[in-house]
Amino acid sequence: MTNIPLEHVLFLSCILFAIGFIGVISRKNTLFILMSLEVMLNAVGVAFIGAGSAWRQADGQVMFILILTLAAAEVAVGLALFIRMQRRYRSLDIDELNEMRG
Amino acid sequence: MLANYLTIETLFYLAATVAIIASLKVVTGKNTVHALLYLVVSLLAVAVCFYLMGAPFAAGLEVIVYAGAILVLFVFAVMMFGLTTDETKHAPHSKGISFWVGPIVLAMTLLAELVWTIDSAHLQQQLTANVVTSKQVGILLYGPYLLAVEIASFLLLAGLLAGYHYAKPDARGAHL
Repeated sequence: MTNIPLEHVLFLSCILFAIGFIGVISRKNTLFILMSLEVMLNAVGVAFIGAGSAWRQADGQVMFILILTLAAAEVAVGLALFIRMQRRYRSLDIDELNEMRG
Repeated sequence: MLANYLTIETLFYLAATVAIIASLKVVTGKNTVHALLYLVVSLLAVAVCFYLMGAPFAAGLEVIVYAGAILVLFVFAVMMFGLTTDETKHAPHSKGISFWVGPIVLAMTLLAELVWTIDSAHLQQQLTANVVTSKQVGILLYGPYLLAVEIASFLLLAGLLAGYHYAKPDARGAHL
C-alpha cells in the first residue's frame, strides 16, 4: 500500500474532472473546449494511476497509456477540424456552428 | 525539522494544489497562449503526482507525450489560426512580467518538490518500496492487453488520416 490514501487521489481526480467539465460547457472558443477536454482526460488518468498504485498492479498504467493514445488522436482530429472551421467561418466560436441543423 | 513535515503525502497535496490552480487558470483564461502555458504546468504537476504515487513510467510518459507532443501540436495550431482577430483582442495588453510570473512560480514549486524528493534518501527509500516498474507494464501490454494495443494503433492511424484529410488545403473546385 502506498503512503497516499486512495480517497485523496480520487478526490483530486474528481476536482480536475469537474474543472474540465465546467470549461467544456461554459466556454465558447473551441480551442478552450479542447483544452478542457484534455484536463478531463488527464483527471481520468489520475484516477487510473491512483487505483493501480493502491493495488500495486500495472493495469492502471496500461489504461493510462491507452488514454494517452486516445488523447493524441483526439487532439489531432480536433485541431484539424478547427483549422477547417477557421478557414470557413473565420472564427473559432462554437456558436458559429449553430447553422448545422438536421 | 522541515523534513518531518515534507512527507510524500504533503508533497502530493502540494502538487495537487498546483495542478488544480493551473487547471482553473486554463479554464478561466482569456488568452489562448497563456492558457496553454498553464496547461503545461498542470500536466507537469500531474506528472509529479504520478511520480509520488509510485508510477515513474507514467510520469515520464505524461511529460514526454502530453506536455511534449500534444501541447506542441496545440501551439502549432494556435500559430496557424492567427488569433489576432479572436480572443487576444479582448485580453489586456501584457504588463511586463505579470503574465508569466504565475506559471513560473507554479513550475518552480514543482521543481523544488522534485529536487527535494530526489535529494532526500528517506523519501527515495519510501518511493522505491512501492513502485510499479515499467517492466510489469510492458509484460502486461504485450500479454493480455495485446488486442487493446492493436486497437490503439488503429485509432492513431485513423487520427493521422483524419488530420491529414481535414487540414489539407482545398483543391480547386473541391467540396468540403
